[in-house]
Amino acid sequence: MPEQKKKLLEVKHLKQYFGVGKADMVKAVDDVTFDIYEGETFGLVGESGSGKTTTGRSIIHLYNPTDGQIIFDGKDVSKLNSKEDHLKFCRDMQMIFQDPYASLNPRMTVEDIIAEGLDIHGLVKTKEERRAKVEELLETVGLNKDHASRYPHEFSGGQRQRIGIARALAVEPRFIIADEPISALDVSIQAQVVNLLKDLQEQKGLTYLFIAHDLSMVKYISDRIGVMHFGRLLEVGPADDVYTKPLHDYTASLISAVPVPDPEFERNRKQILYDASIEQDVEGKPAKLREITPGHFVRCREDQVEMYKERAAKYEQK
Amino acid sequence: MGERILDVKNLKINFHTYAGDVKAIRDVSFHLDKGETLAIVGESGSGKSVTTKSLMGLLANNAEVVGGSIMYRGEDLLKKTEKEMQEIRGKDIAMIFQDPMTSLDPTMKIGRQIAEPLMIHKNVDKKKAWAQALEILKLVGIANAEERINDYPHQFSGGQRQRIVIAIALVCYPEILIADEPTTALDVTIQAQILNLMKELQQKIETSIIFITHDLGVVAGMADRVAVMYAGQIIEYGTVDEIFYNPKHPYTWGLLNSMPTLSSTKLEAIPGTPPDLLDPPKGDPFAARNPYAMKIDAEKQPPFFKVSDTHYAATWLLHKDAPKITPPDEILRRQKIWQEMQAAAK
Repeated sequence: MPEQKKKLLEVKHLKQYFGVGKADMVKAVDDVTFDIYEGETFGLVGESGSGKTTTGRSIIHLYNPTDGQIIFDGKDVSKLNSKEDHLKFCRDMQMIFQDPYASLNPRMTVEDIIAEGLDIHGLVKTKEERRAKVEELLETVGLNKDHASRYPHEFSGGQRQRIGIARALAVEPRFIIADEPISALDVSIQAQVVNLLKDLQEQKGLTYLFIAHDLSMVKYISDRIGVMHFGRLLEVGPADDVYTKPLHDYTASLISAVPVPDPEFERNRKQILYDASIEQDVEGKPAKLREITPGHFVRCREDQVEMYKERAAKYEQK
Repeated sequence: MGERILDVKNLKINFHTYAGDVKAIRDVSFHLDKGETLAIVGESGSGKSVTTKSLMGLLANNAEVVGGSIMYRGEDLLKKTEKEMQEIRGKDIAMIFQDPMTSLDPTMKIGRQIAEPLMIHKNVDKKKAWAQALEILKLVGIANAEERINDYPHQFSGGQRQRIVIAIALVCYPEILIADEPTTALDVTIQAQILNLMKELQQKIETSIIFITHDLGVVAGMADRVAVMYAGQIIEYGTVDEIFYNPKHPYTWGLLNSMPTLSSTKLEAIPGTPPDLLDPPKGDPFAARNPYAMKIDAEKQPPFFKVSDTHYAATWLLHKDAPKITPPDEILRRQKIWQEMQAAAK
């Protein structure tokens, strides 16, 4: 575990409710707490409606959190008052979106899309400099620099996602939220984009929050994984531990449902069904993330800790 | 396997566009036996959806079938009139579409949507049709079916809607069911449920399935046989074990290799993008992205080489004069399993 490593992002008791005060109030994110260390990739998985995307959007402040704190680089994000602080935050944290068809303005050229952030932050002084920077970015993400004058519709899905990545990189961020960046792409292209993200992380020392529903891909790219369900974070731990030694029933059921490209394995597959009653709140016995093995947390009540410890011990025996 | 019920031969389909003719399907042949599941795998644009739409007679207006035949019950489906196709569509050959959100009519009660094919194709009266609709609704696992039959699509979740779409497709007990990415829009846990349901129902009503997907994991669990499509052609086909444990085409290798496994540390992406089918390459369409490409790949299209009675692959690597090459590690791992399986069978 990266004990000495610096916490770049701290999410503390984040709550994001929609329609507060109405009968149909939705607790999209309900008391979620986790940290992301500098230079690591934190994978957030869950089914649709689990609140993983909302969590990402609250972190980058697309929503105003109902309650809780988001501390980025030691500063509370919701208390950024001066314009400079705010601009700096916007520069440090960038987002890559899921749908490469909807997230690029069809009426702007690739150059203008990528350079928009450069203009806002005043990072380039002259036209030539702007052009040179855009061309450099295009080459970084594996596109041809002649593509700068084209429009988004002239590109394939994988190429568009590369443009989205170049746009995020333009302002030299430290932290990138990638919200399902590959789920709209073909298998062979997915691997290209994931490899690109990994290479960029090595070159530039980036920190990622990688949001996805594809567990096998998340396991591959992440150092640590958090599993969300019904707006709550149920399990957090090192990627290998969560994937091969899942403690929470929900994680186990999620992993057992992932199709594996191996016919022999598929014939013998046993899907684990999940009984959500384990998440039920009990009066006076608050459930929260508790550490079961070093670095591996599970959301449970005090009296369930023993059971999870036994479960973890069983994995060790095997 | 049982008798052959569908035989597609040398199918060629072009799309007329402003830029010219897009050659979407370029000489595709395959067959379907009774009771089996054939998976067609490929990336977007490889022509897998167009192939199945041609089976249903649902091609877009700018599409033109340039050649080939689709034999079903001794008749060529391509020669049928629209009226004749309407008789077959939904009754003998049914289809499940990718997106359960858009394939149901939002203004119609789901009971009526399920009963409609019965009333049209089998002349069942309304009362009986609704009774049968209720039965199949229970069969696909909608809880509280007696009440929910009067609900509208928006009152159901994505997984439930896909169950309803399956109910509509199966209500006439079709001989062939075409499933075009039926679970792509669903979560993994729901996907597993729907796939299990399809397997169960296939046994119950003895239908044959053509399953279209890009997810090799799903293929491994569903298919008896697999056809891999690339750039409008089938480049390799065989039984599911042959494709997953003894693949021969470098594109199939690339697909298997670009998926993360438990142990992978670096994903091997296939470089580049598929060719433009406005002007398809002269030789092997995969040559430009193929690290094992030889000179001949750029010049001449490879024919199908026989690997076994059920397994064929179109790559020059199988030619007797081709140099020996070493496939990627992941493929070697799979071939080892294959050899063990062969040894065990003996």
